[in-house]
Amino acid sequence: MGEFKVHRVRFFDYMPTAIRAMAFNAHTERLALARMDGSVEIFNFTDHYFQEKVIPGKDSRSTESLCWVGGRLFSAGLNGEITEYDLENLRPKYSLEAYGGPIWTIISNTQGTQLAIGCEDGTVKLFEVLEEHIQFERNLDRQKGRIISLSWHPSGTHIAAGMMDMIRVFDVPTGHAVQRLLVDRGFGGSKSQETVVWSVAFLSDHTVVSGDSAGKVQVWDGHTGTLVKTHLVTKWDVLALSVSKDESSVVAGTSEGTVIQFQFIAPTLHQQQDKEWVRTRTFKNHTHDVRALAEIETAIVSGGMDTHLVVRPLLEKFDEKSHASGLRKIHFPHRNLVSCAKKAGLLLFQFPGQLELWRLGDSDGHGKPGDRLPLKRKPEKLLLLKRKGEDHICCSALSSCGGWLAYSTVSCVRIYRLQTDNNNISITKVSKLPKALRSAHQLCFSSDSSKMFAASSQSSVLVIALTQSECKYVHTLKPKSGSRQPIHLMTTSVDGKWLAAANSDCEIRVYNLQKLKLHCIVPVYGSCPSAMGIHPTTNNMTVVHADQQLFEYSIVEKQYTDWSRKLQKQGLHNVWLDRDTPVTHVTFNPKNPNQVVLHDMHMFCIIDQSLPLPDQKTQFYNQMTLRSLSEQERPSHLHAFKICKTFQDLLCVSLLDDQSLVVVERPLLAITSQLPAPVRQKKFAT
Amino acid sequence: MATLCEGFTLCGLVQTQNASDSPIQGIELDEDSDHAVVTDSTRSVTLYKVSDQKPLGSWTVKQGQLLTCPAVFNFQTKEYVVVSDNKVIRVWKDEDLNLDKAFKATVTADVWRVHSAPGGEPVVLFQRGAVRFLDSLLSAPQQPIEDVLSEEEVIRWSASIVAEEQHFVLFTTEQNGECCLYVQRLNPNTLQKYRLEREDSGASPLSFSASLRDKHLNLLYLYPNGCVYQSVVAARGYVGLEGVQDLPRSLRLRLPVGEGELGAASAVALDEAHVAVVGVPHPSARTGKDFLCIWNTNFQTLQAGKEMAGRIHGQVWCYLGKLFVPHGKALSIIPYECQKSSLASALGKLRHTGIAVSKSSVAVPSWNTLLHGDQPQGPTKIVETRKSKLSRKSQSAQALTVDQVLELIKTGPVDEVQREVEVLVSRGDAQDLQLSVGQLACHLVARSQAETAFYTPVALAQLVQTQFLCHSVCPGLLLLSLEHKDYFLCQLCLQLFPDIPEVVTCACLKTFISVPDGDVEMVSLEPDSVSFMEGLVAAGARGGQQNGFSPPLFEEDSCDANHQPKPPQDKKNHTLQLEACPVGLHKAVLLNEVLQTPYSDNFLLPHLKDLDTQQVILFLQYLQFVYLKYSQDVYTQTAGLRSPTMTQIIDWVCLLLDAHFTVLVMAPDAKGLLSNLQSFVKSQVKLFSELGKIESSLQELHKMKLSKDISQYSIEVIELF
Repeated sequence: MGEFKVHRVRFFDYMPTAIRAMAFNAHTERLALARMDGSVEIFNFTDHYFQEKVIPGKDSRSTESLCWVGGRLFSAGLNGEITEYDLENLRPKYSLEAYGGPIWTIISNTQGTQLAIGCEDGTVKLFEVLEEHIQFERNLDRQKGRIISLSWHPSGTHIAAGMMDMIRVFDVPTGHAVQRLLVDRGFGGSKSQETVVWSVAFLSDHTVVSGDSAGKVQVWDGHTGTLVKTHLVTKWDVLALSVSKDESSVVAGTSEGTVIQFQFIAPTLHQQQDKEWVRTRTFKNHTHDVRALAEIETAIVSGGMDTHLVVRPLLEKFDEKSHASGLRKIHFPHRNLVSCAKKAGLLLFQFPGQLELWRLGDSDGHGKPGDRLPLKRKPEKLLLLKRKGEDHICCSALSSCGGWLAYSTVSCVRIYRLQTDNNNISITKVSKLPKALRSAHQLCFSSDSSKMFAASSQSSVLVIALTQSECKYVHTLKPKSGSRQPIHLMTTSVDGKWLAAANSDCEIRVYNLQKLKLHCIVPVYGSCPSAMGIHPTTNNMTVVHADQQLFEYSIVEKQYTDWSRKLQKQGLHNVWLDRDTPVTHVTFNPKNPNQVVLHDMHMFCIIDQSLPLPDQKTQFYNQMTLRSLSEQERPSHLHAFKICKTFQDLLCVSLLDDQSLVVVERPLLAITSQLPAPVRQKKFAT
Repeated sequence: MATLCEGFTLCGLVQTQNASDSPIQGIELDEDSDHAVVTDSTRSVTLYKVSDQKPLGSWTVKQGQLLTCPAVFNFQTKEYVVVSDNKVIRVWKDEDLNLDKAFKATVTADVWRVHSAPGGEPVVLFQRGAVRFLDSLLSAPQQPIEDVLSEEEVIRWSASIVAEEQHFVLFTTEQNGECCLYVQRLNPNTLQKYRLEREDSGASPLSFSASLRDKHLNLLYLYPNGCVYQSVVAARGYVGLEGVQDLPRSLRLRLPVGEGELGAASAVALDEAHVAVVGVPHPSARTGKDFLCIWNTNFQTLQAGKEMAGRIHGQVWCYLGKLFVPHGKALSIIPYECQKSSLASALGKLRHTGIAVSKSSVAVPSWNTLLHGDQPQGPTKIVETRKSKLSRKSQSAQALTVDQVLELIKTGPVDEVQREVEVLVSRGDAQDLQLSVGQLACHLVARSQAETAFYTPVALAQLVQTQFLCHSVCPGLLLLSLEHKDYFLCQLCLQLFPDIPEVVTCACLKTFISVPDGDVEMVSLEPDSVSFMEGLVAAGARGGQQNGFSPPLFEEDSCDANHQPKPPQDKKNHTLQLEACPVGLHKAVLLNEVLQTPYSDNFLLPHLKDLDTQQVILFLQYLQFVYLKYSQDVYTQTAGLRSPTMTQIIDWVCLLLDAHFTVLVMAPDAKGLLSNLQSFVKSQVKLFSELGKIESSLQELHKMKLSKDISQYSIEVIELF
């Protein structure tokens, strides 16, 4: 296939923020995840844990707790507000001041009719959930000391509240506290410190399980208020608890990064009746605090200070080793944070608070494969653009010529004109933006930089014409019917004729930009598209889905191409299907129309459509083998998927117009090294 | 450990007119493991569900008729079979209500028992010894039945055992005080008769119990004097043998009998090591014989005991972990558990109950004798009967039995004893050589200890070389050999005994060190160890270094092990190496054996203090010598030879220093030695610190691959194929 010059970029200091809370919606199988910066992510657990939505954060918002009520998502935070999210427009729908000081926790009852929040001022406030809003109902008896954690009894009649040094059980109809469970303080020096009951769980048999800052998981009888069992699990804090749906298992997350499972089982085989809560397993997948936990049907989902989401399948729920039974760690977002100007050799990095524009270095040397070339010009940070306002950047784009730059928050869109002559760069904000352009879920420039496309609400796309000094609203491409879900992927063809937009309902619409109308809808596939691209010469669209399936669709003929049909007929190689990170970017080689470049977190792949497809028996990762073979033997071993794993932790792989690859790596080690120090643990011989 | 669980009553019993007769004839299982078919001594058969303690069904024959054999369950046809009035075989099913309406067949001869076992057809054993399958008998009930037994021979006990493909019927008979065991194999039918050894008292066994283990039929029988014997008959083979054979037996257990003999008692084997006994007094309880006990035959220990209220009829059945014992007015079921015995539990039990267990012949280490220091003796001093004397006269040309040799050892002259032991050991085929070797050794040692003139080194060496001996079996042996300066035997013992106590090791060490070189050099020792030592001594004498390496001069802090051979007077380097070995060759060989003996330092240390300073210094010098030799490159250890390891040497040096440090510090002649040893330590410490340094470098090698400098940006060239 040949040699490639690779720009190996490691200067994108992307730093995910810590996970603060999560809530799992068992009905829709969506996991909502709140991070420290106030952003909320929605993962679809039925679709290979695909991150289908991201609601950007805001400086003043700090989410402490998340809660699903049916399909509605609520959060509450230390800013004292309850927020409901608009999941179609990826923004807060409304925020409501609760007037109770900082809110530590928010829960709903099983019927989904009421919300309860725990406030700093010691009140538990009940809110009624209305059609479009929530309304304050009443306070339960006010306590001295803050309410840190809450749990609603499944019957809805009682609420357990974790406080400082104690747990209160409230009778909901009367609002009175009926039980007072005193939680012991820690031993030794921590005796003088109040014990914070970080988490409580109220089971249907009126058992209360609590996790506290003294490192205990305690089981209480909620009827009598007596302590049944204490498990001292850590020297540090037990921060999170989660109960399985059948209430046979409770998991606890600790500051040490462990997740400890307790199961309600009989200690001996003979007496199956006398069940008790027994500590069973310990999972250690985190280095830092486990702040958020969810025990779902077949797995334990955990996240915390070390920023990655871990899905740890419970192996006893699986009959055989399969794709689903593997441990999943989700480190990077499933969308692009890097834009690459292919003609100009510029990179745009998107941070929540700023954008960075870099010019790649240069080298005129030639070298053998494996060599590192001497640099003629070092890479250069051209621009650091800080956003205005409190809202975090949700998307950004750089035109391929490098002349335009745009970003959007939930409240505004900004477009900049960039001019680079030799070493000077000048940036001008485009001042007058059309009124229709309020915010965008996705931004994208046409390849000739004459137009900009902004994905707007209800799956519509705004077309903006760009000229030297101004930008003008042209048209809104609006689907007549179908989903109102936000667009998360957008791509245009090089000839400027086509625009494809995919939304989180798995619909991909192709618009004809000359006629400014819908051209066709790609047949809906059951898994969300994670990356797509339109071929520069053939106008075939390559779509990769979260379940790793790969399709090629001819826009002109409105049907799948022969190659795609052949691929589907033969089936993708199991090694390909078993990868656990989605493909996040598709580009093409302008010089060789047969080549498609894809990448996920752990590899990039060049698909050569002229070569035979691998069948299940073929060695899939065959680069090493090919290298060892002689020139004559090689052709018989070639197959279409050329995979390179030299580069790891990839955020972007793109092919510049000069045929060189750009690889943006963000080593996990570098992320780990920027985390705060974990709690000290006594290790042997230290 | 074995335990008896809390028992429960299955049913009440009706006292028969004759109080000595048991109200129960037999208990059998049917296909449900929770069922028990109980046949009483008169007219009825009752089926019980054991766990519910309640009867499921009962069948009775008419008044005037009598059941003469316990009912059994035919596992193949799912029917019950019983015999009434000796000749009428009745077969019925579970759902039949009336036994009189059941199928009946009258046979021509008196039936002794019907036996049935899972996986086999029911078999009918006639009182005159004939055996028929039930099926074939019922198809022709009037067929003639032959007599197998002679007129006065009566069957006392019978059992049937089904092995994988073999079906056996075992029965014992009695005639004029002589007991015989018949083993009837079915398909093909062969009958083998064995004569049981007579007990001295002339009594016949009270009870039998048969079991199949490792393809051998084990017969366990209890005599009124409390002896429980075991005899083993191979399940296969011996088919062609004609005539009556003597059945060898071994004493498994001697039960405490108390006053008088046992009346109604029974023993049943639970597993290899455990025997359940009823009707025998509890050794630590009051008089009275109404106990159910479980004994461990390996350790001769009582494992569990339970008093059974009321009269015991000497009956016990054992099915599926439950013991069925009729006693008083009830039939009790006592579940039991037998775990593999561990020494600790056996010992613990011993101390707990404080039973004085009778001495036994078993050569498995008897913990009782070990603890109390008794000399193991032949447990059953078998009085030579006229018969055995006769047979000995006739056989002595060939070989004596173990017992006879034991007798001989007590009185016989050295030569003869030596010869006979040799013959016995070299015959070697006896499967229980293990047992006899222990006995022989103990007897030989006992005699030698009693008579100083009597000592049989060759015989003892042979016994040791069988590798069946260990120190605990015959504790006196090693010390005896030391006493007699039989260093060869000492060496053998040190090599082959795994369990020499530290005190004895120390005694050996002391003797070896203090023995004059001249004495030892003449002794012939095990050639391998001698050649090893020769090689070791010679290695230094050859001098020189490999590859022309000449060591640098000795420096104060020289740390390399290589340099150590040069003591402070390094100019006399060669002379020192030549005369280095501070002890004679053979003495060194013996010391090496001591070095390789297993020990635990806590126990060894106090005994090491017994050595006097000169001995310690000499030994340390020797250890230093070996250490230096080992440290040399020149010496390459011969693989396969038994030799002390470097670690063993260092450990011994440490131990000796620990034990005698204060003395050594004061002793002027130990000064040089100590400073040398100190430099050992230094060099070892340095060696390890050097290794520690290398470790990190080696780890770096691992990381080398990844160590490619990772910069923020680079342009690389890759090639894809």
